[in-house]
Amino acid sequence: MSHAVTEAPAKPAPAKGKPALSEGKRAERRLGLLLCAPAAIVMIAVTGYPIAYSIWLSLQRYDLRFPDERQFVGFENYVAVLSNSYWWTAFGTTMFLTVVSVAIELVLGMALALVMHRTLVGRGLVRTVTLIPYGIVTVVAAFSWFYAWTPETGYLANALAGESAPLTQQWPSLWLIILAEVWKTTPFMALLLMAGLALVPDDLLKAASMDGANAWQRFTKVMVPVMKPAILVALLFRTLDAFRIFDNIFVLTNGANDTSSVSMQTYNNLIKGLNLGIGSTMAVLIFITVAIIAFIFVKVFGTAAPGSDQGGRR
Amino acid sequence: MAEIVLDKVTKRYPDGALAVSEMDIEIADGEFVILVGPSGCGKSTALNMIAGLEDISSGELRIDGARANEKAPKDRDIAMVFQSYALYPHMSVRENMAFPLRLAKVDDATVRSKVEEAAAILDLTQHLDRKPSNLSGGQRQRVAMGRAIVRSPKAFLMDEPLSNLDAKLRGQMRTSVSKLQRQLGTTTVYVTHDQTEAMTLGDRVVVLRGGIVQQIGSPQFLYDHPANLFVAGFIGSPSMNFVPATLEDGSLKTPLGTITLTDRVRRLAEAADAPREVVAGIRPEHFEDAALMEESHRQGGSTFTATVDVLESMGAEKYAYFTVEEELATTAELEELAADAGATDVPGTGSAIVTRLSASSEAREGQPLDVWFDPDRIQLFDPANGTNLTYSG
Repeated sequence: MSHAVTEAPAKPAPAKGKPALSEGKRAERRLGLLLCAPAAIVMIAVTGYPIAYSIWLSLQRYDLRFPDERQFVGFENYVAVLSNSYWWTAFGTTMFLTVVSVAIELVLGMALALVMHRTLVGRGLVRTVTLIPYGIVTVVAAFSWFYAWTPETGYLANALAGESAPLTQQWPSLWLIILAEVWKTTPFMALLLMAGLALVPDDLLKAASMDGANAWQRFTKVMVPVMKPAILVALLFRTLDAFRIFDNIFVLTNGANDTSSVSMQTYNNLIKGLNLGIGSTMAVLIFITVAIIAFIFVKVFGTAAPGSDQGGRR
Repeated sequence: MAEIVLDKVTKRYPDGALAVSEMDIEIADGEFVILVGPSGCGKSTALNMIAGLEDISSGELRIDGARANEKAPKDRDIAMVFQSYALYPHMSVRENMAFPLRLAKVDDATVRSKVEEAAAILDLTQHLDRKPSNLSGGQRQRVAMGRAIVRSPKAFLMDEPLSNLDAKLRGQMRTSVSKLQRQLGTTTVYVTHDQTEAMTLGDRVVVLRGGIVQQIGSPQFLYDHPANLFVAGFIGSPSMNFVPATLEDGSLKTPLGTITLTDRVRRLAEAADAPREVVAGIRPEHFEDAALMEESHRQGGSTFTATVDVLESMGAEKYAYFTVEEELATTAELEELAADAGATDVPGTGSAIVTRLSASSEAREGQPLDVWFDPDRIQLFDPANGTNLTYSG
């Protein structure tokens, strides 16, 4: 420490008892901060300010229909939202949609990733084709699903639903929303997982088969543990994404029959209801939930960017 | 413990490329066999076919007398050590070594004792609970060996296991691999491109080139009696010197002067129906500084005088390099050898003659030197196909 390289032609490092940073090191650190500053300022302007502003709004009674009644109310809005059964129904629905769709996406995405990884002919074509659903605008795709499931005119409704109208009932609607979500984002999951598969050296799988592992054991005991960082990152991305589900629900059911998500509720209050206070409160609550999910992933499961710490936490 | 037989084993890839062609090898129980050759010669493919990691296109592989072509790798009971070690990064050393036993559903107590026994043999006991990423190259290599030996397989397959180690460690590990194999007595097939490993480790060496077996034999036999130009150039370090030569009435015209062949060499060459134009090969160690020879001894050999280009003193011996006037012999085999070794690294196949002289030689760079050599040690090769015309195996 004490004899670190001094780059600046300054006087020798002060001979104190504690190992102090040399002049060069300190200059280097200052330069580092300066170089980061522009990016940090832009980040704060585009993300920090809106976050702070919505927190500020959430602490006020602020309904654009009654602008004169604007008033600072502290945590009153939070009490109102958190003691409201609509919020908790929407929260439950959102959680259900998130967990189920991400779980299905993980399994299907893994299968797809393995297929793409193993494809020998037309690799590029296969990958492009699987990515098509992800490339289609969600609203467009959601309308396709909507029309397909509309009784009388929709081919899926005619073929599978018979007389009933699935999008007018709670559970069928939820499953159809999950279907639309899974259809759309599985390719993304597959792509992330395929990047993880590429991290598993061939030799490792060969060694496992020499050691007596069958295909399933090679998958569970070698492949999955080695690509765990990539799986966790994929799960984190998708969970955060899925929790904010909006467009599919908006188009398919518009939140009818208790199929509304927290984002739908926020939209209804903030944009439709013009209630900036309650709407912002909900937005902040979503933000907090997402932050908790991310925190759990990072701290409990040890999620990290792929390759950033080799065999680190576990 | 098993014997492994390759019976006309061939590997042809879907694109038609022939990786291994009709390989016939019988590996006895407990034998240590080395597959050696330049890169792309098919040695790793052959090993992977024995392991079951690559399909056999035609021919038969028998392990312990039973056909094994269709067996999955896990059913062959063969352990393999990879060049990259292929340790499982998420498992500790102990778990890595226990992995094959766990898969075989061995009970915990046995796993424990076997892993600890193997760790003791390989001097890994104090590292058992560390992760592979925290080990040095040599330690990782030993863990890979440990994983192979814990389950006492029928055979070990080793794919360049020492190539990723630095030179000094490689030397040490070479000795311990050899000791370990003798101690365990397990049939071992070892792939390497390093002729030193091939010479020092194996009971028998299989030299491969372009997927075709060139020669099989003990290291000493391959050194003394190479079947062709390729084996002659590949085995031995520094490698054999090759010069173009003309056979005329029992004498050999070479850039080193006209040499009178000994009866033995002449008879062998005649029996092989040698052509007029041949390639003469002589190993660096069969030269000597003529000044150091006793007169009587000197009479039995040939002497030529040339200027020493470069002199390398190794302490125990000296390497003297000479440039000869005429072009050195080149054939497809020699060019491949040169390319594989990085031509500039191998003076023998470049433009110079290498000689190994006694340390007491007074040779100096830039000074002419009388060099003696024994014509009985000359080997003659057919430039057309590389066959050794003086082969007496």
